[in-house]
Amino acid sequence: MTTTDQLLFEGADWDFRTLQRICDACEQIARDELGLDVYPNQIEVITAEQMLDAYSSVGMPLFYKHWSFGKHFAFQEASYRKGLMGLAYEIVINSSPCISYLMEENTATMQTLVIAHAAFGHNHFFKNNYLFKQWTDADGILDYLEFAKRYVAHCEERHGRLAVEHTLDAAHALMSHGIDRYPGKKSLDLRAEEKRAGRRRAHEESAFNDLWRTVPTGPAKSGAVLDVERRRQMLGLPQENLLYFLEKTAPRLKPWQREILRIVRHIAQYFYPQSQTKVMNEGTATYVHYRIISRLHEQGRLTDGNFLEFLQSHTNVVFQPEFDDPRYSGFNPYALGFAMMQDIERIVTNPEAEDRDWFPDIAGTGDTMGVLRDIWANYRDESFISQFMSPRLMRHFRMFHLHDDPEERSGILVDAIHDERGYRRLRRELARQYDVGFIDPNIEVVDVDLAGDRRLMLRHTVVKGAQLTEADTKRVLQHLADLWTYDVSLVEADASGTVLKEYVANPRKIAAVA
Amino acid sequence: MAIHIVDRRLNPGSKSLENRQRFLRRAKALVQGAVKKSSQSRDIKDVLEGGEVSVPIDGMDEPRFRREGGTRDMVLPGNKKFVEGDILPRPNQSGGKGRGAGEGDSEDTFRFVLSRDEFVDLFLDDLELPDLAKRKLAEVESEGIRRAGYTTSGSPANISVSRTVSRALARRVALRRPRREVLEALEAELLDCSEERRAELMAEIEALKAKMRRIPFIDPIDIRYRRFETVPKPVAQAVMFCLMDVSGSMTEHMKDLAKRFYMLLYVFLKRRYRHVEIVFIRHTDRAEEVDEQTFFYGPASGGTLVSSALQAMHDIVRSRFRPADWNIYAAQASDGDNSYSDGEVASRLLTDNILPVTQFFAYLEVGQENGLSYEMPNSALWTLYEGLRANGAPLSMRKVNERSEIFPVFHDLFQRRGQQERTGS
Repeated sequence: MTTTDQLLFEGADWDFRTLQRICDACEQIARDELGLDVYPNQIEVITAEQMLDAYSSVGMPLFYKHWSFGKHFAFQEASYRKGLMGLAYEIVINSSPCISYLMEENTATMQTLVIAHAAFGHNHFFKNNYLFKQWTDADGILDYLEFAKRYVAHCEERHGRLAVEHTLDAAHALMSHGIDRYPGKKSLDLRAEEKRAGRRRAHEESAFNDLWRTVPTGPAKSGAVLDVERRRQMLGLPQENLLYFLEKTAPRLKPWQREILRIVRHIAQYFYPQSQTKVMNEGTATYVHYRIISRLHEQGRLTDGNFLEFLQSHTNVVFQPEFDDPRYSGFNPYALGFAMMQDIERIVTNPEAEDRDWFPDIAGTGDTMGVLRDIWANYRDESFISQFMSPRLMRHFRMFHLHDDPEERSGILVDAIHDERGYRRLRRELARQYDVGFIDPNIEVVDVDLAGDRRLMLRHTVVKGAQLTEADTKRVLQHLADLWTYDVSLVEADASGTVLKEYVANPRKIAAVA
Repeated sequence: MAIHIVDRRLNPGSKSLENRQRFLRRAKALVQGAVKKSSQSRDIKDVLEGGEVSVPIDGMDEPRFRREGGTRDMVLPGNKKFVEGDILPRPNQSGGKGRGAGEGDSEDTFRFVLSRDEFVDLFLDDLELPDLAKRKLAEVESEGIRRAGYTTSGSPANISVSRTVSRALARRVALRRPRREVLEALEAELLDCSEERRAELMAEIEALKAKMRRIPFIDPIDIRYRRFETVPKPVAQAVMFCLMDVSGSMTEHMKDLAKRFYMLLYVFLKRRYRHVEIVFIRHTDRAEEVDEQTFFYGPASGGTLVSSALQAMHDIVRSRFRPADWNIYAAQASDGDNSYSDGEVASRLLTDNILPVTQFFAYLEVGQENGLSYEMPNSALWTLYEGLRANGAPLSMRKVNERSEIFPVFHDLFQRRGQQERTGS
């Protein structure tokens, strides 16, 4: 290893040579000392305005056009101008090459922090975590987005802006229910996906013959009435991926509408791992930047002043307000993630008796990075917390569990605190807060009345008495009905099957004639 | 492993512009309402500034399936005194504490900043100029000159040196003109050399020199001139006459109302015509053309003769603005006083000379603050114009008392045709 004693930079100013030196220094530590395995990096320097642009299109460098992004942009711009909101120091994109955006205003220290954090921490996580491997296609995403953008623009040209907008509105409303939660038979290949769509369109155009329209179709076939089980099996029911179901079975959608649903579904799927690994992802990145920059300082490549500046930013990032603090808004994923990573390091290198009881597999093994790399690769937030949250950390955060049952008149019960009796319950409850199965309402397509009025039947399985909000639900169902083009009903039922509420929506004409 | 560092700062910004426009288009009705509401409380100058408007969020929301209520379990940090089994009193509002992060987007109005153009566009969107037909191809703007490549002839001032030299160079290379260095080398060799070599060299030098003479350094055919083209650009032009009574009976408040109206009219015309001129005519019992400052703030006193102003306008039109070339708009503001004997003259001037040449003539009667227009008897001028209108003269007239009425009245006057016939109040 060639350690250079020379400083990477002095003061706050940087130029592109400085950035290159910082990257090289970080990479050396990341690869040789931490053993990280990353996608090739691409670092892009952008302005505040460009950062705002990126915000409004969910951080992606290119995206199809839709008014809702404009709304987010207007909203964010207004709060940014008023000083209500600071901008992120960076945005990083799960793609290969891994693109990190750096703001031009950052000082040299901040750029070092951000490069270590995004270009090595997040990057390693993206490349190695099983969820990202399973659900996202880092090589293809940028090409796919480019295709999506072109395709949507093309549809607007052909079918009118309004029709496309209605379809996208509806698809966006169902986006959180356009996700496959369980791995299917084949993994996602976005490049092939894009080619396939192009080929299909070309084929349709070449095979088009207007004469077919005039061919008499003969008397309608008297379809045998399928029995319920057979019908449900053929439709792949129950189906929780509503967008997938619509794309495949909605009776009167145009091919381009199906393709748009498919695009929205793929994009939702692409972001699915991120929502499940917020704590781990940020914890990993924060831990990595902390290790890299501390090491740079040890090597004498960072002045004490710059290191102090780093420590200040770092401390702000991992600050966790307590529950009665006005600044409190849930657990800070940076704070929780970073604390857990450091705690694991402690358990691995310097365990106490309690840790040996709780974590016999890793306590005292001494190979911090080996253990962490294994965790980063094979866990998501829920499983990570439920297995690696130590009693010591629960005491450190002084965690407690509240059970709020509206039926209980007397008040809210403190169910568990950070003591011997409470550790396991605390840990289980905290892990559940990060379980996607509990975060999104569980809504499924249960049946279609094919013989009758083609009504689409959905069921929301109510968990712990939390029902859907009425106004929102009506509007989403309206969108759903517009795509399905027949009536749609939604039943809310609890685990015992008792129906709590029922919604029905009738389609408007817009989507059908569009 | 190579790390790419890319500087994106120079990339075109405002990638979100199109999304923003889509959003505005979608929210048009809502934004328009908000713009009008916010413009009522503004000064006219500020109308041009754009600025922040609040739009109710509900028309623009993006619905999702969401849940609420039910039994809730949460793990919180920062326990200080609770032990297992404690019962905490419920906060007054049920569900007062935030659940997870990121679910708190429940702003019920939505504030954002419109640019100046967006604001004015939305503000004036449903308005239309009456009688826009007369677009005269009059004034040719001098800025219509533009570069248009190169030419072989032209004035020496327009010689394009770089183009000329590069063509000359190409020609010299193509015709193999001897380079001066070659010649100099031969001449240097000539200074000390043997006799037979000398003759050889002399001949060679002569040949080269002859060739150089035949192939000049710069030939007239090399010369290129920058070519300019004049692009005649016809513009429709408009002139706006502001007539105002400044006699003693006009209070500051009335002048303020009038000013607001004029400024709106100006903004509006400015959007339609590239070239708008304004003529300010103020009058007491005599009229004069003044500059803007004097028009609004200059002291004046005297009686009231409306015909003097009309006469002045007529004279100015005749001398400076040929009706064939100009779209003429006039707006008159007055408290309605006029000396009785003047009515006859004024109405003749209007019907015979002014109305036939103007696109639009608006009369704005400004009243006292808190004054109720319908309680007051019609003023002399109002009665006069009312009579003219009844005879079919294209006059628009409105009464205004309050600042907040200016915008509605203005909108009313320029309402897009077909929606509503222009009628008096």
